[in-house]
Amino acid sequence: MKTLSRIYTVLVFAFLYAPIIVLIVFSFNLSSSTIVFDGFSLQWYKALIKDGNTLRALYNTIILAVSSSIIATILGTSAAVGIEKYKKSAFRSTIIGVTNVPMMNPEIVTGISMMLLFVFIGRALRIESVLGFGTLLIAHVTFNLPYVILTVLPKLRQTDKNLSEAALDLGCTPLASFFKVVLPSIMPAIITGLIMAFTLSLDDFIISYFTSGPGFQTLPIAIFSMTKKRIKPDMYALSALIFVSILVLLILYNSIQIKSEKKPDKE
Amino acid sequence: MRNQSALRSKLVSSPYILWAILFIIAPMIFVVYYSFTTASGDFTLDNIKFLSKYLPTFLRSIWFGIVATLICLLIAFPTSYIISQKSDKMQRTLILLVMLPMWMSFLIRTYSWMAILQDTGLINSFLIKIGIDPVHMINTGGAVILGMVYNFLPYMIMPIYSVMAKLDFSMIEACQDLGGNKINVIRRCIIPLSMPGIVSGITMVFVPSVSTFYISQKLGGGSFDLIGDVIERQFQQSYNYNLGASLSLVLMILILVCMAVMNRFSGDEGEMVI
Amino acid sequence: MEQNVIIELKNISVAFGDNQVLKDLNLSIRDKEFITLLGPSGCGKTTTLRIIAGFMHPDEGDVIFEGKKINSIPPHKRHVNTIFQRYALFPHLNVYENVAFGLRIKKMPEKQIKEKVEEMLSIVNLKGFNKRSINSLSGGQQQRVAIARALAVDPKVLLLDEPLGALDLKLRKDMQVELKNIQQRLGITFIYVTHDQEEALSMSDTVVVMDGGVIQQIGTPIDIYNEPKNAFVADFIGESNIIDGIMREDYSVDFSGNNFKCLDSGFAKNEAVDVVVRPEDVDIVSPEKGMLTGIVTSVTFKGVHFEIIVDIKGFKWMIQTTDFHPEGVEIGLFIEPDAIHIMKKSEYSGMFGDYSSFSEEFDELSVLDEEAE
Repeated sequence: MKTLSRIYTVLVFAFLYAPIIVLIVFSFNLSSSTIVFDGFSLQWYKALIKDGNTLRALYNTIILAVSSSIIATILGTSAAVGIEKYKKSAFRSTIIGVTNVPMMNPEIVTGISMMLLFVFIGRALRIESVLGFGTLLIAHVTFNLPYVILTVLPKLRQTDKNLSEAALDLGCTPLASFFKVVLPSIMPAIITGLIMAFTLSLDDFIISYFTSGPGFQTLPIAIFSMTKKRIKPDMYALSALIFVSILVLLILYNSIQIKSEKKPDKE
Repeated sequence: MRNQSALRSKLVSSPYILWAILFIIAPMIFVVYYSFTTASGDFTLDNIKFLSKYLPTFLRSIWFGIVATLICLLIAFPTSYIISQKSDKMQRTLILLVMLPMWMSFLIRTYSWMAILQDTGLINSFLIKIGIDPVHMINTGGAVILGMVYNFLPYMIMPIYSVMAKLDFSMIEACQDLGGNKINVIRRCIIPLSMPGIVSGITMVFVPSVSTFYISQKLGGGSFDLIGDVIERQFQQSYNYNLGASLSLVLMILILVCMAVMNRFSGDEGEMVI
Repeated sequence: MEQNVIIELKNISVAFGDNQVLKDLNLSIRDKEFITLLGPSGCGKTTTLRIIAGFMHPDEGDVIFEGKKINSIPPHKRHVNTIFQRYALFPHLNVYENVAFGLRIKKMPEKQIKEKVEEMLSIVNLKGFNKRSINSLSGGQQQRVAIARALAVDPKVLLLDEPLGALDLKLRKDMQVELKNIQQRLGITFIYVTHDQEEALSMSDTVVVMDGGVIQQIGTPIDIYNEPKNAFVADFIGESNIIDGIMREDYSVDFSGNNFKCLDSGFAKNEAVDVVVRPEDVDIVSPEKGMLTGIVTSVTFKGVHFEIIVDIKGFKWMIQTTDFHPEGVEIGLFIEPDAIHIMKKSEYSGMFGDYSSFSEEFDELSVLDEEAE
């Protein structure tokens, strides 16, 4: 039974990693073939560095992810604080229901619905090409928001009501008690929400695909337009680099988490 | 004083409420609006009537979505259970390994499958080398489903695992104690107790599978059009926004119906588990 | 006696890595008795229970059930059932379905299941709770469902792992009486695990005191209380003053600088022993009439009696009395021969039975304070 489950686990992970291993191997290929390995070379990595378009797209992606996740976190946290105050009311469940919409909807529907809105407004205001950084930012903030709200809200519910009352009792104003007591205690959830929003935004293709214009390309969109043609291993090289950097980040994050859990005063 | 501060706290959420009205509710209204109008803005039912032409595509999408979801469930359930039985450190590592592929562009990973599945691809050149006739894999329905399973498998493993990891082991002991053998333990204890995870896993795999457009283009070679492909074409090639909107509307309703049926099945436990 | 033994543990040893949890444990459990495994946490009592249930396997030794070795029989085939520490009720099933769970696995006809469940629910006083969800029940009610669920499958032996630990004091007392009633009414063997000595004494036919993976003493509650085998048992069960003594001859013992008559015999001449005197067995008399004299160092009011600490030649005795004696007063102690219990020296000698600990702490603190000044 034990060996059986081990074999099974290995097979599942082999399946998950097969294409990743293939693309990492072929990123070092001498020729541009992605089927036959002709020899080791770093030429695709060099080509990648020289390729200004790809670097530009990478830069755009990061700018977009940073700004959209920060806006979503601020907006989402304040939303959660407000929603929490509504207790059990029809209004509250309506807000939560609406918040769930971008999570439940297929991404393609979210994408085209926002595109329709933007195009309609663009026509109404007679703006030539409405789709660009602004529309992308709005779209990303919108699909990030539910994740932030739905991580902060439970934490907010968990926090001891007595905490803020104790702060008021000790002479804090309501505002000061929020910043001094409530905010620090929901901070871990806010950070989790921020990280989640950031990674979702980095990785998003479908919604961006419908809400971006030719003037502002993110990395996934750049990759998409490249995969429309015959792909060259420089894309593989880029993916390999992304893979390695995410791997390093995750290991780092994980070891920090383990360290903080070892402390007795964990959350 | 108290009421006043509560009111002020409620007001804190008003920017979000405004945002939600503008960018969640309004776009949905636009989908409905475009569905029932012509390009010039007149009311019409033509878009809806036109949909019957796409019935086979809808059916295929649903069929592929169901098959991919079931395969994911079959693979993910034992995997999640095995992972949840490991030591804490091992669990953390394995879950990291499950999540890691999700962080890479799914476009490239899907593209990489092309290199593996092609007629002259890795699997077939291996088969030829060991003297077996090559198998045609790319541009088949099977390849499209494989792409779906591959891309969305982590979305099935994660929620099921997170429920199983929290499973109180004494429940399993109680089941054994009351006379349950291994099959009883799985059927009467582990499956019902992990139901919330299974339901949210099914949702998280089914929705993107039904609505995907990239996987079917790359691995199906254009001969297995899914509803996502049709919608994408309306917006990026033929610029028939009205037809696209009505297709989206139907897709949305379809998924809502599927979810409602699903939740009915699972009783009242169907809450979302992230 | 031999033929109505239902469970026998023979030479059971278990280790988790370096940690020896059970050491060569032997125990016979008679049919229909209420036996309690009593000991501090980590003494191996829960491990013993889990071995009987089949959730754990001993490294060495045999588990024998009705004369048959059942070492390799999995839990679901054993005629024993467990009440888990936190009940382990299935949250996805309602009260009725929880109780019916084991019966459904047995594939019993629906009609019989219904009868059985109703019967069980009435035994635990939960009639009419059939449709309630588990999470809507109070701790005491959940406890009752757990009992009904385990009893429904007609176990020959019921294992209870600290079942009342999560309940508040009042409810715990009520459930103790109820459990005892159920056990007597159904005539099932109960094996009960607890660290609460009062619970053990009040419910059990037999008490098994354990420490460090070893059985320290087996006996009736009265035997265990009156005739503790060593300093550990004497200290763990109730309050005891445990003093070093020397057995001069049969029925004569020296301690605290005086000679006392006692009822114990069979020790070697001049053998060093541990002497146990329970706090409630000491009479307080005027100093001149006392067999021992000492100064009262602290007095605590406990409701039914006062608990006073008396310093006798540097050893602090605890005495329970209904008369008030103020701090600093000299009193005399009178001890009847039957109040004195002699124990052989053991590894626990000198570890327990001196009530100086808390006052000593205060002494140390005050010394530190003085030094600081």
